[in-house]
Amino acid sequence: MTTAAELLAGIPELAGAEPVTRVTIPARLEYTYSPGSAQARFLTALPEKRLLAERCPQCTRVYVPPRGACPTCGIATPEQLELPHTGTVTTFCIVNIAAKGLDVEVPYCYAYVLLDGAHVGLHARIGDTPYADVRIGQRVEAVWDDRRLGPSLASISHFRPTGEPDADPESYRRWM
Amino acid sequence: MSKQPVAVVGVGQTKHVAARQDVSIAGLVREAAVRALADAELGWADIDAVVIGKAPDFFEGVMMPELYLAEALGAVGKPMLRVHTAGSVGGSTALVAANLVAAGVHGTVLTVAFEKQSESNAMWGLSLPIPFQQPLTAGAGGFFAPHVRAYMRRTGAPDTVGSLVAFKDRRNALKNPYAHLHEHDLTLERVQSSPMLWDPIRYSETCPSSDGACALVLTGARGAARAPRPPAWVHGGAMRSEPTIFAGKDYVSPQAGRDCAADVYRQAGVTDPRRQLDVVEMYVPFSWYEPMWLENLGFADQGEGWKLVEAGVTELDGDLPVNPSGGVLSSNPIGASGMIRFAEAALQVRGLAGEHQIDGARRALGHAYGGGAQFFSMWLVGSDRPGS
Repeated sequence: MTTAAELLAGIPELAGAEPVTRVTIPARLEYTYSPGSAQARFLTALPEKRLLAERCPQCTRVYVPPRGACPTCGIATPEQLELPHTGTVTTFCIVNIAAKGLDVEVPYCYAYVLLDGAHVGLHARIGDTPYADVRIGQRVEAVWDDRRLGPSLASISHFRPTGEPDADPESYRRWM
Repeated sequence: MSKQPVAVVGVGQTKHVAARQDVSIAGLVREAAVRALADAELGWADIDAVVIGKAPDFFEGVMMPELYLAEALGAVGKPMLRVHTAGSVGGSTALVAANLVAAGVHGTVLTVAFEKQSESNAMWGLSLPIPFQQPLTAGAGGFFAPHVRAYMRRTGAPDTVGSLVAFKDRRNALKNPYAHLHEHDLTLERVQSSPMLWDPIRYSETCPSSDGACALVLTGARGAARAPRPPAWVHGGAMRSEPTIFAGKDYVSPQAGRDCAADVYRQAGVTDPRRQLDVVEMYVPFSWYEPMWLENLGFADQGEGWKLVEAGVTELDGDLPVNPSGGVLSSNPIGASGMIRFAEAALQVRGLAGEHQIDGARRALGHAYGGGAQFFSMWLVGSDRPGS
């Protein structure tokens, strides 16, 4: 087989040129995301420090953020409810390496927080505590970021321990 | 109309490496395809259709790469289709190809899967901000680490189990000339003291980023009769999906994985997988997933998978060897990784696995999963024709 270098050697003008084996072509994508009515209600409540959820009329599971429909039953979830700002850490990891483009300082604690009354975990950062003390079952509460209050989950800076005794594992075992 | 039996008569893969700068994506997939055809002693004209799979286009940034790969894969004038099920795609792609043969739609099908991670940034591609979630997911490791912790908590498995799997798979890889990582100097102590990336997952318990491709030639009974080497027969194959998030989802042992395995065993007449299967090629990108999948796939009771690992059952000389090839932990061209599992399972029952051959392997499981542990694809292959 003829190599790229041999091909180049046959063209006097390109004698000695390095063959191109790789070029970087930047690409850019921007999304315009339409949240739909359920998530729009959730987002517009965040600047008021309110956490809106929805309950499935069939299986009674509570979703936060709400999606307007239950992924298991496949039906609309018209019943809205407001959840408290407290919950339980159901699992977590400590991230020690930075992902490109992610605006978080490492290390950070990435956790699933099951808000009281919800049946799916919210992805959240745990702070104001040594990471060695973070544990499954720990009780936590939302810390709102008054400078970033807006229609985004960035309104919640992180969750911090409440100091209450750990939750009974039975209360979250099925919702990890 | 009854299903036609399906046989694997050609297997090809590239030497998986960090960066294949000497070939384009087209060159990479063609290399695997040419090797699969050579194994089957067939030419391009013998192929009736091409089925290709890869992980998200976002990784390399090449939109719909199958369009420009048609001529490299000899698909001009033939049907070609693309399959996409995230990390499980290599397995799903092989199953779509197998179904085309089983249904009698095509006689002989070439199926190919690839990833060129050196031209991509998968961790970035997997860490894009998702609307309405805090941007905290740091690649696949960041996504799966909490679920590994949940497994450890649920079962009380000792912290060392993950390192045992990683050390085993890296040693197995030394016997596989196609494996990316050949870490001759690795010791168990080094695995255990490697940096913690996503606590509880360490660097050495994590898959590499690889460039690589895998290809299979699938055909029916007549094609198998003409094949120069022993075929692997497909005894069962299935795919299952579930949402990324739903109330009650078991990330540690997803229902879709259990259902998929049960379907494959039923098709193959397997009632006791631990005893009836000789070898497993399982999709383990982070070492702790070996004990987790041992339970999910029915090889161990809930909470008992780590005990099989500790007892050496999944070692090359154990009674249920898992990933003799070195697995995803030793080679991870993402889109191809699932097909490599399927291919390695086929090589084992054909008796062609080389230095990592399990003596007398007659039934093997190939397994893949993808997305947020939500897509599953598996096949069970045997050295005997089904029903014989």
